[in-house]
Amino acid sequence: MKKTVESNDATSEKGRRDFLKKAWKILGVVAAAEFVFFFISLLKPSKELKKSNPGSTIRIIGNIEDFLPGTVTPDRINKLYILRDSKGGFLALSLICPHLGCSVLWDETRKQFDCPCHSSAFDRYGVVLSSPAPRPLDYYPVILEEGKVKVDLSQKAKRRKFETSQLTYAI
Amino acid sequence: MEQNLTTEKQIANPFSLILHLHPRKVRKSALRFNLTFGLGGMAALLVVLQVVTGLLLKFHYEPSPENAYNSILNLQESLFFGRVLRNIHHWSAIALVWIAFLHMLRVIFTGAYRKPRHASWIFGLVLLILVVLSNFTGYLLPWDQLSYWAVTVSTSLLTYVPIAGEFIRETLLGGKEVGQPTLTNFFNLHTGVLPLLMIIIMGYHFWRIRKAGGVIVAEKDRDSPMVDTDPHLLNREFVVAMVLLASLSLLSSLLDAPLRERANPSFSPNPAKAPWYFMGLQELLIHFHPFFAIVGFPVTVLAAACWLPYIKLEDRNQGIWFLSDKGKRSAKLALASGIFLTVLFIGLSELLPDPELLLPFVPSLVTKGFIPFAILSVTLWFFLKQIQKKLSLNRSEIIQSVIILMIVSYTVLTLTGIFFRGEGMNLMWPWKV
Repeated sequence: MKKTVESNDATSEKGRRDFLKKAWKILGVVAAAEFVFFFISLLKPSKELKKSNPGSTIRIIGNIEDFLPGTVTPDRINKLYILRDSKGGFLALSLICPHLGCSVLWDETRKQFDCPCHSSAFDRYGVVLSSPAPRPLDYYPVILEEGKVKVDLSQKAKRRKFETSQLTYAI
Repeated sequence: MEQNLTTEKQIANPFSLILHLHPRKVRKSALRFNLTFGLGGMAALLVVLQVVTGLLLKFHYEPSPENAYNSILNLQESLFFGRVLRNIHHWSAIALVWIAFLHMLRVIFTGAYRKPRHASWIFGLVLLILVVLSNFTGYLLPWDQLSYWAVTVSTSLLTYVPIAGEFIRETLLGGKEVGQPTLTNFFNLHTGVLPLLMIIIMGYHFWRIRKAGGVIVAEKDRDSPMVDTDPHLLNREFVVAMVLLASLSLLSSLLDAPLRERANPSFSPNPAKAPWYFMGLQELLIHFHPFFAIVGFPVTVLAAACWLPYIKLEDRNQGIWFLSDKGKRSAKLALASGIFLTVLFIGLSELLPDPELLLPFVPSLVTKGFIPFAILSVTLWFFLKQIQKKLSLNRSEIIQSVIILMIVSYTVLTLTGIFFRGEGMNLMWPWKV
């Protein structure tokens, strides 16, 4: 840029220009930050959440009497396992391995869940038997209503350990 | 004056716009094939090839979980040359990752990252990341078992980033799991955002190379005569381009791009592996606490790579492969030691009992994090001290040895992950995987 003003107030003129230059730079950074924020919000999950109306996340898995005590039943559509332990308590376990997201498989003979990806193993309550899985399988609270076993898919919960309060009993 | 003489020739040439990417004259010594192996040019050509084949594929591909897989089947089975088109796009994508990586090695080992080429180096790193991201986003699109689980596994790696990990993963996937929003995101990144960014940054990358006076040459070759780009450089580029295109066509007519069964979110294949260029990370994750494997090492390496051109170096051996005779000897030593140490490390980590089970009361960040990291650092430090004493290396040669050690160990980890990990990610011979 050519300097046009060479008078006594050159210094104040310079100060004004420096200020304006700096202001433009700051505005540029702000605009870029806004754009990045906007871009990230476009990628974010909201687009799938809007589709489903509230309440539709509750799924009926089956009749209570179909689940015998001491069994593990897979529900591949909702990506979970229904455990009914020997005392009759219900627990819904996510089949997604907390290590790297593979699907765990129930081994009926050894009574444990195995992850095919990195050979993590979990007991019937989803508690880690062998690493690298960093925490137990996530679970959903089971709702027992009108003789049906229901699971609210929006209530998936992480946990550090298994507690009996996670089980639901039929009255 | 001289420029006026060539104007007529340039107007007559219909490709004169493309010629503008080149200087009018180049140094004769810069034309030597084994100085650069034409790798940068090959990478640029592959990007163009990917854009062309990608644009064609877009006419037949449908980015939805219901139809994506079928649209690929349809493309392969009923479209004239559809299978070959997909094969070319697939093999060129892999070739691009390889060639961009080799190009980076060339730049490192001829010292071309130093000033005044530092901007080209930094933007070259950005391009390499964009190449890998393009490859990764494209990996999901066929929506088969391979792509679905590879993307599930490698985006799950992100959840181990402290604080922001979950947020980054959900932003990328557009939800908690791989699904329609993921496919929409990946498709748009793959076919719009990433190629556009890449082409813009490529322009800048090239421009900075020209500003730095073209391809690096050794000091003794700097006063070699200048020759006309057309035909001296162009003919060479043409030959390289034709050989590359012919090899890719041949490969694509003989070998089909893999396509497994349609993606099934409730059954993981055993073993489920990340795309091959992330296998080194997945292998690292078997041996290290996630924080070290996913955050610690990659961030350190990236930061070191960005810092590299700003290190003060006294020697003037740029443009010479491996700097000097001492440099060559130390490079070989670093190569051999890197292979030996990494194999030893993997072997020990397999044979020794799991430290987490041995010391269950100590957090795994210590047993699988700080302790192996400390052992690794001490080994590295000891090795560097040794070769420095033996060969009396200067700073550039030491840096070169460190880089070779890192690259070699990542390569060994990657090869182990790809070829020696079978069912349940257990170590086994390649023919049993």
